[in-house]
Amino acid sequence: METNITSYNKPGAMAGSTPKWRFACQVEDIPSDGGACVSLGEEQIAIFNFSRRGQWYATENRCPHKQQMALSRGMTGSMGEQCEPKVACPFHKKTFSLVTGECLTGEDYKIRTYPVKVKEGKLYIWV
Amino acid sequence: MSASNKPVVVVIGNGMVGHKFCERLMAATSSFRIIVFGEEPRPAYDRVHLSEYFNGKSANDLSLSMAGWFDEQDVELHIGDPVREIDRSAKLVHSRKGIVQPYDMLVLATGSAAFVPDISGIEKKGVFVYRTIEDLDLIREYAKGAQNAAVMGGGLLGLEAAKALLDLGISNPYVIEFASRLMPRQIDSAGSHILETRLRKLGLQILLNKSTLAVEGGENIRSLRFADDTSLDLDMLVISAGIRPRDELARLAGLQVGTRGGILVNEKMQTNDPNIYAIGECALASGMIYGLVAPGYEMADVVVSQLTEGNKSFTGFDMSTKLKLIGVDVASFGDAFVGEPDSRTIVFEDRHKGIYKRINITSDGTRLLGGILIGDAAAYNILLQTVNNRLPLPPDPEDLVLGSRGGAAAGAGVMDLPDEALICSCESVTKAAICTAVTENGIETVEGMKKCTKAGTGCGGCVPLVKDLIAGTLKANGRYIRNVICEHFDQSRQELLDLIKLHEVKTYDEVLGRWGKGDGCEVCKPAVASILASCWNDNIQKQSVIQDSNDRYLANIQKGGTYSVVPRIPGGEITPEKLIVLGKVAKKYNLYTKITGGQRIDLFGAHVGDLPDIWEELIEAGFESGHAYGKALRTVKSCVGSTWCRFGLHDSVSFAIEVEERYRGIRAPHKIKGGVSGCIRECAEAQSKDFGIIATEKGWNLYVCGNGGSKPQHAQLLATDIDAATVIRYLDRFLMFYIQTADPLTRTATWLNKMDGGMSYLKNVVVEDSLGMAAQWEKEMQTLVNSYKCEWKEVVEDPALRQRFVHFVNAPRKKDPSVSFDNMRGQIKAKEW
Repeated sequence: METNITSYNKPGAMAGSTPKWRFACQVEDIPSDGGACVSLGEEQIAIFNFSRRGQWYATENRCPHKQQMALSRGMTGSMGEQCEPKVACPFHKKTFSLVTGECLTGEDYKIRTYPVKVKEGKLYIWV
Repeated sequence: MSASNKPVVVVIGNGMVGHKFCERLMAATSSFRIIVFGEEPRPAYDRVHLSEYFNGKSANDLSLSMAGWFDEQDVELHIGDPVREIDRSAKLVHSRKGIVQPYDMLVLATGSAAFVPDISGIEKKGVFVYRTIEDLDLIREYAKGAQNAAVMGGGLLGLEAAKALLDLGISNPYVIEFASRLMPRQIDSAGSHILETRLRKLGLQILLNKSTLAVEGGENIRSLRFADDTSLDLDMLVISAGIRPRDELARLAGLQVGTRGGILVNEKMQTNDPNIYAIGECALASGMIYGLVAPGYEMADVVVSQLTEGNKSFTGFDMSTKLKLIGVDVASFGDAFVGEPDSRTIVFEDRHKGIYKRINITSDGTRLLGGILIGDAAAYNILLQTVNNRLPLPPDPEDLVLGSRGGAAAGAGVMDLPDEALICSCESVTKAAICTAVTENGIETVEGMKKCTKAGTGCGGCVPLVKDLIAGTLKANGRYIRNVICEHFDQSRQELLDLIKLHEVKTYDEVLGRWGKGDGCEVCKPAVASILASCWNDNIQKQSVIQDSNDRYLANIQKGGTYSVVPRIPGGEITPEKLIVLGKVAKKYNLYTKITGGQRIDLFGAHVGDLPDIWEELIEAGFESGHAYGKALRTVKSCVGSTWCRFGLHDSVSFAIEVEERYRGIRAPHKIKGGVSGCIRECAEAQSKDFGIIATEKGWNLYVCGNGGSKPQHAQLLATDIDAATVIRYLDRFLMFYIQTADPLTRTATWLNKMDGGMSYLKNVVVEDSLGMAAQWEKEMQTLVNSYKCEWKEVVEDPALRQRFVHFVNAPRKKDPSVSFDNMRGQIKAKEW
């Protein structure tokens, strides 16, 4: 089965459905200061537990550089004085802001980001 | 203004100078329409490095413009269509293909042709000139049947052509020179002697004082006859005896030319027709034909300045030059030949190493006038700057060629140069421009400088100077450049390692909390992870999120997001039973199998969720992790050695296994590879490894710091005829020294290259124990060896660790649906991305 790689350009990740809070996984499924991937419908969402700052981020799992489903396996960190949270794709170390989705290594790529909600030890993604 | 009513500049000739003129004019203004006619069948290419065409570079590599440059720049280019006539009264040019093009301004950049002396028989087959890519194609084709070949001309171009003969594998290559020395315009007799000696060693035969009377043979060349009644049998002759300006078109158009050729121009590069300019090797400027590219570029600049209402003029050019001729540095700068009584000369000659240096200084010893460097031209840039900027000489001017014997560097440093000193003469970039780019634009690398100022993009000769200027400016600005790990740490790897050891810190978070700032990144996390592993040898899975992806999943990520699995096969020795297990596992999990360069077997295409199951089966069969994913010991390659080989002196396989099992799993700044050969034939290729052990009659020779990869480097001899126990002791010390002092991701070869004192220092530290660290390092290494555990065994046996090997945390059994494979030769293959 092949994932549709053009979904990036569609208005919502879940093709045809309006975004809403969807249950993703338990808080403990995502390692501290690391990421993991969840399957939501047809989509692969990377969730990052920025436990140093008590923040959660979610992005698409696909790195737009070579269309690899790998961002959740990347190393997280921050950039600059403002400590912009970021993730580095394990393939070629392109880095992306977890807030804006902008590529921070100066290329014209962008990843989609999603709001995350934590409630009673469960993670929800607005998708 | 629309394109059609812009004034038209027609450029005749698309060589290096003609092309540079277009680039410069486009960069300066868009108010002209540029139309170029070129005779050759391809756009401008790098003629200076033409001989590299025989050395693997393609015509494309040599091209000066990216495909599409002319379209993007809106420059109209007609290649393979030379102009055959200029109609000055109507201001038109006629091309061979029949284009009639009006011009407002005309630029002649017709270049030069090879000068072919008028010798009888010169038209015979097998006689070539060396000028264009087409010439080189003809030479290459003819050379296939040639044993004896000669270059006529021992000047700069002739020696370039001689290199081409060597590259083509001619068995008997000759250089024939009319004068009594090589490169008569650039170097003196003593310098020529040294150069001849070095070139002869490379297999070139050099004939001086040879005046050629005739080319003899039938249809093809058979021999050359000289004026001294000698002759030389030849299958091929390449003429490279000088250049002849291409002024025929200008003559036809009634423009003034010099008596010995060349289009006469004034200081503004104007011919006697004010609407026509001539630049490059076709121009006769201030009484000279300039046969180098840098003055040609300067002339192009002058014309651009004229067209844009500037007032630049051409008043001659410094013909100082530095090149690598057939691997030998040759440089000539300033007034290379001036002698007494006008000046004093200091000469250093080392016939053993083939080095000759001559400098000419004023009689009062205060200024440098010029000089010659053969064999070692490292000082060229700074010496040339010393001449051009009239910098004062050190009290003992001989230090300039001998090096200061007191320790400090002799002569002026780059930072002493005046602001207007021309650093890059190809692109006319001054010292001030480079320093400003550092200070104001934040440029810190040579690559960045190339983009920002174009310095170093021409011949590249000034790159070392540019590098020094960048470092010097940063330093002057108080920006002492240490090899700090990244923006989150102000320490180098070595400093951080010392702190971590001293304070016994065991986690990344604590390291970041104590000495770092921010939240870390993909650079410092794996660097610190490597340090922690080198110090404490804890299972890296305890802090999996700071590991590079490969270390986090204990496997190598491959195209498509699957992983490859490499079990350790120490020394490359494996039983049939184990081979069968590998085959069975590969079949069961549908893996692609390939033998690696390190004598083991790689299994590709494993889903992340299958990794623990695969390893459970491998471990069951007696395998352990091969650490192919880690910055750690990979393999110790061996030849079969004395157990089977009739030449083998010692049992190389057993020793390789012992060494591989000793150092397996130890984390280092980069991967480490070893090799053990059972005799001097070196079938294990141990000298291309980080450490190589080669059997001798009396024991083993130990080599270190070799490398394969993109910059291969032979390992160097550390110790001779030592016993196996001493090999291990030296290796312990060497590896610990490397682990504790190298920068992140630095292989041993690069580490050694950067080490002050190089191999003799390393030898002192490892063999002579000059730092007094040997006992401690041996002890630390033993601790690491004793604490080794197979990482995969620990994961397989720990359900919590196993659980991490899933693609979807909310659907652990589901595999990544985006993974799919193609087929090739009966196995799977990752889909192209």
